[in-house]
Order: sequence, then structure tokens, then C-alpha cells
Amino acid sequence: MFIELGHFSLILAMALAAAQAFFGLVGAARNNERWMSVVPTAVAGQFVFVALAVAGLIHAFVQNDFSVTYVAENSNSALPLFYRVAALWGAHEGSLVLWITILSLWTVAFAFSAARLPRTFAARALGVLGIVSFGFMLFTLTTSNPFLRLIPAAADGRDLNPLLQDFALAVHPPILYTGYVGFSVSFAVACAAMLEGRRDQLWARWMRPWTVMAWAFLSCGIALGSWWAYYELGWGGYWFWDPVENASFMPWLVGTALIHSLAVTDKRGLFKSWSLLLAVAAFSLSLLGTFLVRSGVLVSVHSFAADPSRGIFILAFLIIMIGGALALYAWRAPSLGSEAGFEFVSREAFLLFNNILLVVAAAVVFGGTLAPLISDTLGLGTLSVGKPYFNPSFLVPVLPLLALLGVGIHVRWRRGGFVEPPRRLLVVAGIALVLGVALAVGVYARHGVLTSVGAVIGCFIILSSLLDPLDRLLRRTSLPPAIVGMTLAHVGVGMFVLGVTFVESATIERDVALTSGQTAVLGAYGFRYEGGQSIDGPNYDGFRGRVIVTRGGREIATLSPEKRRYYVQGSVMTEAAIQPGWNRDLFAALGEDVGAGAWSLRLQYRPLIRFIWFGALVMAIGGVVAMRDRRFRLAAEGATEVPGAVADGKAGANP
Amino acid sequence: MTPRQRRMVLVAGIVVGVGIAGALALQAFRQNVMFYFDPTQVESGQVKPGQRFRLGGMVVKGSVQRTPGSLDVRFAVTDFRHSVPVQYSNVLPDLFKEGAGVVAHGRLNAAGVFVADEVLAKHDEKYMPPEVARSLKQAGATPPPPAGAQ
Repeated sequence: MFIELGHFSLILAMALAAAQAFFGLVGAARNNERWMSVVPTAVAGQFVFVALAVAGLIHAFVQNDFSVTYVAENSNSALPLFYRVAALWGAHEGSLVLWITILSLWTVAFAFSAARLPRTFAARALGVLGIVSFGFMLFTLTTSNPFLRLIPAAADGRDLNPLLQDFALAVHPPILYTGYVGFSVSFAVACAAMLEGRRDQLWARWMRPWTVMAWAFLSCGIALGSWWAYYELGWGGYWFWDPVENASFMPWLVGTALIHSLAVTDKRGLFKSWSLLLAVAAFSLSLLGTFLVRSGVLVSVHSFAADPSRGIFILAFLIIMIGGALALYAWRAPSLGSEAGFEFVSREAFLLFNNILLVVAAAVVFGGTLAPLISDTLGLGTLSVGKPYFNPSFLVPVLPLLALLGVGIHVRWRRGGFVEPPRRLLVVAGIALVLGVALAVGVYARHGVLTSVGAVIGCFIILSSLLDPLDRLLRRTSLPPAIVGMTLAHVGVGMFVLGVTFVESATIERDVALTSGQTAVLGAYGFRYEGGQSIDGPNYDGFRGRVIVTRGGREIATLSPEKRRYYVQGSVMTEAAIQPGWNRDLFAALGEDVGAGAWSLRLQYRPLIRFIWFGALVMAIGGVVAMRDRRFRLAAEGATEVPGAVADGKAGANP
Repeated sequence: MTPRQRRMVLVAGIVVGVGIAGALALQAFRQNVMFYFDPTQVESGQVKPGQRFRLGGMVVKGSVQRTPGSLDVRFAVTDFRHSVPVQYSNVLPDLFKEGAGVVAHGRLNAAGVFVADEVLAKHDEKYMPPEVARSLKQAGATPPPPAGAQ
């Protein structure tokens, strides 16, 4: 009963999304007040019905209603309640419902703040969001409906994929999707600006907080996914250049470029059409990501079973959305041209480099991700592209990007030149050089050039970012949230760089076969295997090993890696044991019983790996702080002022 | 320099930079791309000597041999027309099973044994690597029903 109500609610929500799109876009085009006033109502109604649809599905999961196909395939009565709810997005159909729900939330949030924007602009942006929403609902209802009944009902469910029975993965999709889908707001604002043909750059200020918010969520989502892959996939890597990881990383790179380009557009009225193009690109890459993940065209650990009709639908949707937006861009962007110039050594120039390098980095990832698909389609052979391609190619644009970061933030807008005496920056660079080389060669005894380069750049970014806020604190001048946020985000980048540098260069890993009492040596650490025992979980059984880690003869950790066999699907899972520390992780995973009383084990020592995820988290927090800046709250009121009156050329260190 | 010249220098610099990045990426791509071959293609000598490639197929039932107490394992991969012996000495993935699909990365040695440095089995039991499924189809063999569907 509830599931049918949910199904019906989703159909109603789709009808309301269509109304939202029609009255928003056509109402604004005709400047029809009454039509436009329907839009917020449609948004609210759509949200209510989407919530009802989700409630219907959750009810089925909580009540173990195995007469619903989707529940029968992805849940089980032995599954703990928390995972029964999270199982909602455990497979393809439900993750689309999640996508729709999050889009609906973003739309409601935007509709609230859009009440202060010019009427036609708000209506157009909400209309575009309506089209996106309608497309995804149509997709769900026609090709991937989770509300269908299973007749006769199953006695029990097939259980949630054991890989997904984990806290980080239960929260990973909602956070990642919030980021992905959030770019739809930037996209909608960009489309509205082009439809309106606005010659001022106020739209950039309206777009900034939404873009930063989506970007912050995406950063957290990617970091969570990486952390999950690290401890749950069982083999201790944090990034595999897997197509699905790349699918979320490309919008992140372009989104990062967009944030910086919007800063220039907002402050100086430059890069207008470039910002619009990036907004379209960020959202297009989010859609492309969905296409890659959902259609099963790419081989990936994440991909769900393939279904060609889904792939074709998303491809068509992709072509309509991207094609439409690009056509609009070709038609309108030339009329938005920006005339003001800037100096060679100015903030604008540095942000231009930032944008070019980020886009090149995104192109490198894009090429590597799609090459297998293209080669396969053209019959040039089945090939795969992995770490050996991505790592060096990605560094080519990213190393200069990171090296320029620490300098660029000290350069003035417009006229150019340095904010502070350049001597201070040279001193900071000197300190970073000594510190970085000392870390690489002294602490970790790595003599490779790249390690020292990475360590120096990481230190330089952190120290250089802290220079301006420290200076302001000492001089007791104001420290607005925009500057605190920017500093945090850049310090996060520096931490991330240090983390990646040392994980890549100083990790020790060994696969070994050990009998009880034997020790494997990894650098300064000894891993002693002490046998194990069988275990019994709620929906699995298995074996738990015991590994004692010693350093200098002292026991410093006991690791208990597990091998589990889940009853329902009969699948075997490795539960790695990790002893985290701020400066290193100790890792042990069980392979299998290799006979003669021995087990195969994978043992790892990974220095500074936590810096990678904490760095990402600090970046995201920086984004949220910057978004709280007063300027953005006043931005909407600015709409009533004379357009174009906001370009101030002050030498502030605004991001 | 006039602003116009400066802008031209900037544009030229960007074009050169992006060009270099592109060339380096292409170079890395050429050197590191890995092709996929099935046992029949291996048997017919399509693999260049010393070339690193991906080998895919089914693990032959009863072919997995371990050296007790060590990581060394030998097995055979087949597309039901030909089979290639494989040796590996690292931890095998959870879903590695006799009679299941597998993809291995490595090289052929002089004796015609595929020395793998990485073995992948997919995380979803219903899932068969598409290229393996295609090889099996070409060989006229129907893949066995998914392990979880009994």
C-alpha cells in the first residue's frame, strides 16, 4: 500500500517538475507574473511528493517488505536497521531516488534565497532546475523503477552487498551526490544569466555561494569514498584512478576552476563567458559521471550491472542538456564580453593560470577515463589505462599549479605587483625549502627529487597561506570570513600535498605468508602473526587473525584483521585492521589460508596518509567558512542597485 | 611592451604550455596503455615478446595449485578453446575462485607462463568483466550462471 503511494507520489512530483520548468521558463519569457508565481508552489509541492515517495521506500525497507523487488534484492531481515535504511541507495534504482531527493532539496533551498533575486531571473533558474528534475524522474520511472512489486513475494531478501555494509559507505553516496547535484544550481544560474542576457556580473556573485557549497560537499564525498576504499576494499590504496573515482574527480577539478574564475568575474567583471562555460562544464561532467557509472559502459569496481536502455536514455538526456546549454552559450556569450584589461603579474593573471592548469588536469583525467571506451567503440582493441599513465600526466599541470598557488595569493588585483614586500615571501620560500628538504631527506630518508619537491611545495603553500591572516591578527585589522575560508582551503591543499608526497614515496608494503609466531619486518616495524580464531557475526561468520606490531622491541599495536563470509550471498570479504596515527597508519589484511598452517597477509606502513583526508576536510571547511561572508548575504540586495556598480579594484586578499 | 603585445606573449605562453602538457600526456599514454588478450589470442602469437598486457578468462576448475606455506600459486586461465598457465605470488583477491572470471596483469616468460603481478576479480559476483564475457561468447561457450543465483 505504502509503496504504491510512494510510486504515485513520484509521478505527481514529475508532473510538478514539468510545471516548474514550463511556468518558470515560459512565464519569464512572456514576463507573465501569474505564471511565474506558480513556480515556488510547484517547487514546494515537488519536494513534498518526493519526500512521500522516499518515505514509502524507507517504510518498505524498515518493514522488510520483500514483495517489493528492489527491497528483496537489496535487503535482508537479518540486516541491522541502519543499513536497511541505507540500503535505499545501495543499488542503481534507489541511488536515482537519492539523486532526485537531493536535487529537490537544493531546489527548495535555492527557491528560498531566489525570492530576493529579480523575478524573471529566479523563475528561469528554477525552470532549468525543473527540466533537470523532470529528466531524472522520467528516467527513474521508465527504466529504473524501485517501486515495482515482486509476485510472488520473496521469503527473505538477497541482502545488501556486504561491501556497502559500512558506515562510511552508507553516508558516502548522499554527501557525494549533494556535491554532484549542487552543480545543477550553478548550471541553472548560468543558463538563467544567458537567457536573460545580463550584461552585468551580479549573477557571478549569486552563483558563488552555491558553487562553493556544492564543491565543499563534493570534496567531502570524494575524501570519504577514498577513505572507504582504503579500509574496506581491503588493499590499502587511497586512490585507484578507477573510472568512477575519475567521474567524481573531473567535476571537482572543473568546479575548483569555476570557484576561482567566479572570484574574478564577481570582483573585476572579467572571464564572464569563461565562468559560464565552466558552470556548464561542471554540471555536464556530473551528468557524464552518472552516465559512466549507471550505464555500465566502463569496467569499474563500482559499476552496477549493465542495461543498455538506461545508457541510451542518459546519453540522450546528456546530449539534450549539454547541447542545449552550449547552443545557448554560443548564442548569448559573445554579447557578455568583458573589456577591462590586467597586468601580467596580477591576481587576475594568476587565477587565469590556475584555471588553465586545472582544466588541463581535468582534460588529462578525461582522456584517460574515456580512452578505453573510445578505443573499444572504434574497434582499436580493448585497452586499459591506469596509474602509470595518470600519475605522471596529472603531475604535469598540477605541479606548476601548486607551485604558483603560494605566490598568487600575495599578488594584487588589476594593477599587479605584490601586496606585501616581496622580501617576506622570499623568506617564507626559504623556510619552506629548508623544512621540506629536511622532512624528505632527514625524517623519511627519501632521496628522490620529486619527494623533496612535493614536501617543499606543501610546506610553502601552508606557510604562505598563513602569512596574510597572521599579519592581520598582529596588526589587529579585520579578518573577514572570506579570508579565513580561503586560508583554510589552501592550508588543506598544502596538507593534502604533504600527505600524497609521503604516502607515494615512503610507504612500505609487503605480501607475506606467515605461520603463527613468525615476524615480517617493514622498516622500523615488526609485524608478528599470532594465529587466530573463528568468529560469528549477525549475518556472517569468518576468521580473525592477530598481528602484534613492534617497534624497537616494544609492542605498539595489536591488529585484528578479519576474513568474513556473508551467509546470504555467500561472498567473502576482507576486513582490514588499521591502527591509525596522525603521522602513520599500520595496516594488516588477511589473504587466505595457504596451507602448512600459514596465512597470506598484506602488511603496510603508510606515513602521513591521514593528511590526505584531513586536507580534503579542511578544504571543505574552508569553503563553508568563505561562503558565510557578508558579501554573499548582501549579494541579493545588490540586485536592486544599479547593475555593474560592484566592481571594486581594492587590493584586498579576497579569494 | 604594449598591452597588446603582452597579451600575445601570454597567449603564446599558454598555448606552448598546454601543448607540452598534451605531448607529455600522450607520451605517458603510449608507453603505459595496456591491451587485453584472451588465451586464444595469446596462443596464436598476437602478443609481442616482453609486452605487458591483461589476460582474461575463466580460472580452470581444479587448476589452482599452491605451494603450501608460501604465497606462490599457479592456475590456468581459459576461454574454453585454449588455456594459458599463470603464476602469481601475491595475495589473491576475495572473489578469486575456480570456475570464475578473472583478469590478470603481467607478462609472458620464456616458457610461455604468464607471470602476473596483479590479479583482479570483480567485487560484484553477478558481474563478469565485459571483455571476458565477449571472449567466452566468441569461443561459443556459455558462461556459467552467476554464483549467487542458485
